[in-house]
Amino acid sequence: MSDTQRSKRRTVSLTVNGKAYEKEVDVRLTLADFLRHELRLTGTHLGCEHGVCGACTILLDGLSARSCLTLAVQCEGREITTIEGIAPDDRTLHPLQEAFRDNHGLQCGFCTPGMLTTLLEFLRDNPSPTEEEVRIAISGNLCRCTGYQGIVNAALDAAKRMAPTAAA
Amino acid sequence: MKPPPFEYYDPSTVEDAVALLGRLDNAKILAGGQSLMPMLNMRFVMPDHVVDINKVADLSGIRDRGDALEIGAMTRQREIEFSELVRSKCPLITEAILQVGHRQTRNRGTIGGSLCHLDPAAELVAMAVIFDAIIIIAGPGGRREVPVGDFIVGYMTTALAPDEILVGVRFPVWKRGHGYAFIEFARRHGDFAVVSVGALLEADAQGRIARASVVIGGMDVAPRRATEVEQGLIGQTPSKDLLDRLCQSCRALEATDDIHASAAYRQRLAVALSRRALDKAISRMTRA
Repeated sequence: MSDTQRSKRRTVSLTVNGKAYEKEVDVRLTLADFLRHELRLTGTHLGCEHGVCGACTILLDGLSARSCLTLAVQCEGREITTIEGIAPDDRTLHPLQEAFRDNHGLQCGFCTPGMLTTLLEFLRDNPSPTEEEVRIAISGNLCRCTGYQGIVNAALDAAKRMAPTAAA
Repeated sequence: MKPPPFEYYDPSTVEDAVALLGRLDNAKILAGGQSLMPMLNMRFVMPDHVVDINKVADLSGIRDRGDALEIGAMTRQREIEFSELVRSKCPLITEAILQVGHRQTRNRGTIGGSLCHLDPAAELVAMAVIFDAIIIIAGPGGRREVPVGDFIVGYMTTALAPDEILVGVRFPVWKRGHGYAFIEFARRHGDFAVVSVGALLEADAQGRIARASVVIGGMDVAPRRATEVEQGLIGQTPSKDLLDRLCQSCRALEATDDIHASAAYRQRLAVALSRRALDKAISRMTRA
């Protein structure tokens, strides 16, 4: 591909949930639309598309980021984790997902993928958070159903479930 | 809500980036993308060319220059938040950066991007103003350094020429034991502040204020220093009466009237928040 062509369309190679992908895309395609439309990974939700609602949060090389505010072509060689890549397998939920289920941490589920990816990073950095720290951690994720209390409870419960046991 | 068509470039050196900016019409620099990408998605900006500087080497990092901290333009806000160097030398910046957006946006957002976007309420712009930071700029003729007062030209307008790039910012370090505080009022955590106040204070051996810097953000077209408060503090032993009186002067500062707050409300906030910021800074200040 010539340089002029490369300024409009590009081939991007990246890893999503451990699987390598290579696709030719428009340079203006956001990572969110790339995941949803090109890879058909529709677990990443798009709410506001301008970085306010947090529904499209994914992990980019392990750090939470808004996939609506990143271009797909910027992810060349990078590693992405979406909600589809959180559980260990098709039949087992991640402890964070279990905690959400058990604590009524979701109702309609629209914000949940962003909540989980955000909290996955947060609990890795801060394995035993206070309630206030959890509330600040999810302040960039809007939920219109739960009133947040169930989500906060789920996050605190998940921290306990994910803590290494004394034997470990 | 999709970006308009543009041509994309991702140079790997500052020189290549500057050359591209000189050659291309209507180009925008893409740094962390936390302001430009929303504006593209909403089509508030329609650039013909986007020059992504994420692959440019050597634009990221926090360096100890002894009497100053130099922060590369592409340093993510997250790196500043977790930097022990920043926490020990410029703790005010650590305090302020926690109010910048959210974890997800700080993971991507950069200090250079924030300074170039120049939102009137941006915390990092307020930090540059309160520290009298030096802005380091690269252009076709090499590098130049500009005091932040000259870098800020007007509402969201910088002194950068179309073919120039902000490459770093230098924050002069205050004496160990200085008092500091950053307080802001926003409707929701992580939103741009309606009004924010930062304070830096140094005491002499008798506990009198030897040096003071106070910044007010969100009030005017850009963060401004509250010079009347600063001058009134110098040489004084802080007392309740003095602080009350000085902070009242913020009521006369120029203030924006918009959908978020009236000018009068902003002025009241400036009085209240500057009073709280000074109290907090004084409580953290130790005598020389």
